[in-house]
Amino acid sequence: MKTVVALIIRDIRIALRQLSDTMSVIAFFIIAASLFPFGVGPDPNLLARMAPGILWVTALLAAMLSFDRLFQTDYEDGTLELLVIAPHPLWLTALAKIIAHWLTTGIPLLVASPVIGIMLNLEPTGYGVLIVAMALGTAIISLIGALGAALTLGSRRSGVLLSLLVIPLVVPVLIFGAGAVDAAIGGFSAAQPLLVLGGLFLACLVLCPWGSSIALRLSME
Amino acid sequence: MLHRFANPTRFLRLANAVLPWLTGITVLLIATGIYFAFAASPPDYQQGQTVRIMYVHVPSAWMAMFAYAFIAVASAVGLIWKHPVAHVCALAAAPVGACFTLICLTTGSLWGKPMWGTWWVWDARLTSVLILFFLYLAFIALANAFDDASRGEKASAVLALVGSVILPVIKFSVDWWNTLHQPASVTKVGMPSIDASMLTPLMLMALGFTTLFFVLVIIRTRSELAARRVNALRSARIHAETGELETSPATGGKQS
Repeated sequence: MKTVVALIIRDIRIALRQLSDTMSVIAFFIIAASLFPFGVGPDPNLLARMAPGILWVTALLAAMLSFDRLFQTDYEDGTLELLVIAPHPLWLTALAKIIAHWLTTGIPLLVASPVIGIMLNLEPTGYGVLIVAMALGTAIISLIGALGAALTLGSRRSGVLLSLLVIPLVVPVLIFGAGAVDAAIGGFSAAQPLLVLGGLFLACLVLCPWGSSIALRLSME
Repeated sequence: MLHRFANPTRFLRLANAVLPWLTGITVLLIATGIYFAFAASPPDYQQGQTVRIMYVHVPSAWMAMFAYAFIAVASAVGLIWKHPVAHVCALAAAPVGACFTLICLTTGSLWGKPMWGTWWVWDARLTSVLILFFLYLAFIALANAFDDASRGEKASAVLALVGSVILPVIKFSVDWWNTLHQPASVTKVGMPSIDASMLTPLMLMALGFTTLFFVLVIIRTRSELAARRVNALRSARIHAETGELETSPATGGKQS
């Protein structure tokens, strides 16, 4: 437990020292979302209808930008090798890095999303569900992205490959995340899509750290 | 049984013995299947002649899923028992499966236009098959992304296992969601709701596609094993040559 906390603190400290990495993810999120009014026209009703989908798609794409630094820097400077041969279970190490990634990327995305919601004229009834769904959704994206990042570690063109890998796997998050916000706006109960998101989160929480640890071990061979 | 075929030579001996028979059966099945599909089966009372698309569409859809299941099982065998030929089989099956998925999507689209009035709808069955196609692409890309081939086949094997969650989603998508795509009519419990005159060509084609899949996988596995042997021989020769050269320090080093 102590090592997990130590690892999380270490990763957060590194992220804070390289604040521009996190900021560029958020900047991408805002810029990409603000492209849509130019593309589809500034009609407020149309934007309000599309807002949940735009928010989810751009948040996902912004998160994709952050995965390459999840294991890559540790892989390059040799820290990862020490973490792999350390006496702690490797899935715990992977989980610690995933939690740190969520705290440094998921939370900022979560904070920025209501702002973009206002820009896109999202209905006021949708915000509460948006935050809850986004919290679960970004956590799932961090978990699946960590698996993808661990698998592509040391490959050629890892950035493109990572998106090719992760995007098909996170489609359910997109469906149920946007579905929850849509339901809240439409005046229905958002409980069902939120429960599905929660289930996905639990399944990923069990499988992804374990899968990442296998992939990390493969990268050390 | 499994470990006997970890030896490529033994695997190749079996593959070479089976291949001519399997090829013959495939030609026979698909030829009679085509005859039944085009000549000896009636047009549908609602869909008319377009129902004949089914004899390609449905078997290729089954094969798209079967090939992925095959890859997932082969990957698991390769990871768990460190079985070298299993990894090669999984890699050999991936482009074949991707082709079946693409055939399924294209023929479905061609069938959808006259029947539903649209080439494409974002319903659960179509979308999940599209994701399956993306997974095939990701699997192939990941397998080829590393300089060290064994790293690529292990990483892609993990991906294949993770991605296998898509299979039940595809299978049950027509039951879980209310879709435009019709629900299963052949694999229904009890009597299939499809007439024997149409079931015959469908089953012939499905069996023919299955044997075709194995023929292609065997051929591709064989050529991949041959390519690896060529590579190994070539690098052994280079090592032998540079090994001699490295004894003289003036020409060594740069040669490799």
